[in-house]
Amino acid sequence: MATEKVTSANFETLVLKNPLPVVVDFWAEWCGPCRAVGPILEEISDEYGTKVKIVKLNTDEEPALAMKYGVSSIPTMSVFQGGEVVKNIIGAKPKPVLLRELEEFIK
Amino acid sequence: MSESSDAIREVVIVGSGPAGYTAAIYASRAQLSPLLYEGSVTAGGALMNTTEVENFPGFRKGIMGPELMEEMRNQALRFDTEIVTDDIVSMDLRGEIKSVTDGSGKVTKARSVILAMGSAYKEIGLENEKRLSGRGVSWCATCDGFFFRDQEIAVVGGGDSAMEEANFLTKFASKVTVVHRRDSLRASKIMVDRAKANPKIEFLWNTEVIDVLGSEKMTGLKLRNTVTGDEGTKDFTGLFVAIGHLPRSELVKGQVELDNEGYVKVEGRSTKTNLKGVFACGDLVDHTYRQAITAAGSGCQAALDAERFLQGH
Repeated sequence: MATEKVTSANFETLVLKNPLPVVVDFWAEWCGPCRAVGPILEEISDEYGTKVKIVKLNTDEEPALAMKYGVSSIPTMSVFQGGEVVKNIIGAKPKPVLLRELEEFIK
Repeated sequence: MSESSDAIREVVIVGSGPAGYTAAIYASRAQLSPLLYEGSVTAGGALMNTTEVENFPGFRKGIMGPELMEEMRNQALRFDTEIVTDDIVSMDLRGEIKSVTDGSGKVTKARSVILAMGSAYKEIGLENEKRLSGRGVSWCATCDGFFFRDQEIAVVGGGDSAMEEANFLTKFASKVTVVHRRDSLRASKIMVDRAKANPKIEFLWNTEVIDVLGSEKMTGLKLRNTVTGDEGTKDFTGLFVAIGHLPRSELVKGQVELDNEGYVKVEGRSTKTNLKGVFACGDLVDHTYRQAITAAGSGCQAALDAERFLQGH
């Protein structure tokens, strides 16, 4: 399934209270590496959507959330489980590398 | 998963950026129907993370790095280059017929290969630099500058890219300190003058970064004076590392001859490597100039060298 957009309005239900592990992609329009990794995250979401939820958080629109989670580089892909960040993946990575990083959540 | 197409290509280009795209423009105009692997996340190369390029001839008003790459890419497509947005993960370049394997396991055979993998950011090599990467430490001012609004940050390096980053970062930061190991800069005069004239930029000469401080987020740097050996700490919430690049030659190591810094060795003024039918261009071979225009120039040379090689067969 396609990735979903997350905002401060639905962050709690979509991310913090989600029974699935959730990957939050902190990104922005003007960030080249974010745009490069975007389609890869869509593919992973299509292929592994039943195991992991992938959502996109625009840091321009939601600076407070980016700040709250200490994001200072984008893309940062934070994996949330039970409302907590359990892993941070920083920087655009090729699909096989991302799949390896997410292995424990999608097996 | 692995599949192989029976057709043998004339030329495969590995990597994009000005070198790879220019090689594709020339090879496609020479009717060699090139296949270009532009990289899954590195497509467009180093210029994708820059802002304004002011020194590429033909664009007197300047052009944004990503836009220049988009133009070159479209020019290559116009002449029938096949572009794949994936990575090459392994190559066998030794035989007369070369083979390259992409990230999905697809194998392509070709009579010639042009290597244009470019370079990657160099790290200082500190353990805490890695640990705090994305938590204050960054390699991409255009991506991350935004997060340092009204903060005091440092840029380490003394070349053009360090000056460009420092200038760019003053749009956001309250103060940018350039930390440089020597007492003079390697950057071009126009970049240095611009940085020195910027009231938000300060220089720390003869200084090297020996540690990055902070537990959850970066809070400062431990610095050492390279002349006196004196050590001290200074508060910064961000560090942008711009100390140069390392050639991305790991994939061909052991097959293609490299120099001791990892750059691909080429024969004289040509782009010929030690392997017949394998050519290299761009930042992968260039210690010295590392400009968009020189990379484009060497991409053109590589395509012409490949064309001549293929004609000789």
